[in-house]
Amino acid sequence: MAENKSLAREFSKGIIKENPVLRLVLGTCPTLATSVSVTNSIGMGIAATLVLICSNVVISALRKIIPSKIRIPAYIVVIASFVTIVQMLVKAFVPALNDALGVYLPLIVVNCIILGRAEAFAGKNSVPASFLDGLGMGIGFTFALVVMATVREVLGSGSFLDGINSLTRLFGVESFTGFHNILSDPIGIFIMAPGGFLVFGLIMALANKVAEGKGKPKAELGGCAACPMAKSCALIDSKDGCPSTVKEGSAE
Amino acid sequence: MIAIFLTAILTENFILCQFLGICPFLGVSKKLNTATGMSLAVIFVMALATAVTYPINKYLLVKNGLEYMQTIVFILVIAALVQFVEIVLKKFIPSLYQALGIYLPLITTNCAVLGVVLLNVEKEYTFLSSMINSIGGGVGFLVAMVMFAGIRERLEGNDIPKALQGLPVTLIAASLVSLSFQGFAGVVEGIFGH
Repeated sequence: MAENKSLAREFSKGIIKENPVLRLVLGTCPTLATSVSVTNSIGMGIAATLVLICSNVVISALRKIIPSKIRIPAYIVVIASFVTIVQMLVKAFVPALNDALGVYLPLIVVNCIILGRAEAFAGKNSVPASFLDGLGMGIGFTFALVVMATVREVLGSGSFLDGINSLTRLFGVESFTGFHNILSDPIGIFIMAPGGFLVFGLIMALANKVAEGKGKPKAELGGCAACPMAKSCALIDSKDGCPSTVKEGSAE
Repeated sequence: MIAIFLTAILTENFILCQFLGICPFLGVSKKLNTATGMSLAVIFVMALATAVTYPINKYLLVKNGLEYMQTIVFILVIAALVQFVEIVLKKFIPSLYQALGIYLPLITTNCAVLGVVLLNVEKEYTFLSSMINSIGGGVGFLVAMVMFAGIRERLEGNDIPKALQGLPVTLIAASLVSLSFQGFAGVVEGIFGH
């Protein structure tokens, strides 16, 4: 009974409490880049979730075999293999998504969520727990992406779920192509780079406000603990100190 | 050639327009000296990674129809290269290692480095164009980092609403910097006539 409860927690923590994007501040690059439309962000979310689950399971299963000295390269090989598989699947079945995500699809390899979870969780925990951790984190990532993409797509192009039929086509539904003309005069800047930073900043502020109301600390960048390279990061020993652990204002 | 270089710095700036390398951008830009050191290391690794991966891609992968192995080969080459450079610098040029070496491990997982290599392949650049695009991208990274480090130093002393403190206000400042870079759109085409 107690075990079931803790497994359920491994799954649910990733969605809200330890949301990888909004709370742990991991994977910011794909978040900003692919949240221009809800369809793209759902596609990106699913692709990253698949990689995350598979790599978590494999790394967890191999955790006693991989020597700790070369674990980071070993993790990267596992992750890169699954990214290549997902890339091939997307190219074959959803070519429109492959074109829309472009270089960001192979870049899932260096998405810090995946390496971060491998290092922080899968390398230390059992296979079922790692599976649920991957699933939960993946859903949390997708959730954060979709929230951001909704704001950006509605304000920036005046549509919602535009082009969703490229995804639903896989399940035989092709007629629904999303809502259009929600805004008669969309604010184009929201789907461009500055809008991405702005919306992300405001959503982050909102998440902090909610977390503060519950007495939780607000999200800080990385805090070196979450960074997968923390152990090999020599900045900690250098005189400058690790930049993300230096508190604001205490640098002087 | 100059057009590729300027495009990589201004209109297709990795950080501000393509969202590559946001983690170091937010993490290491608190102080000017760390921002500069990190960026110089990025320029160095980007140029080196391009120089090594270009022949591998052209003469090994494309020739044998193994393009689907690009992602996995490139990331391994970059990771090995970074390790190798670190060891060589430590042994032979300790002064340079002091200045750049500490940033090297962070660069393996920097998506800007893998990104530039993949983009070079995607755009089907020649070797020379690839190198220029990579160095230009690195210089663009430096420009964005240094500019933003200056802005963040100014942000520190200000009275910011509590929920916005820290990361949110940093992102909003990044949004304004990025907005100014949107102004460069069309400038390069204007000069060189595309």
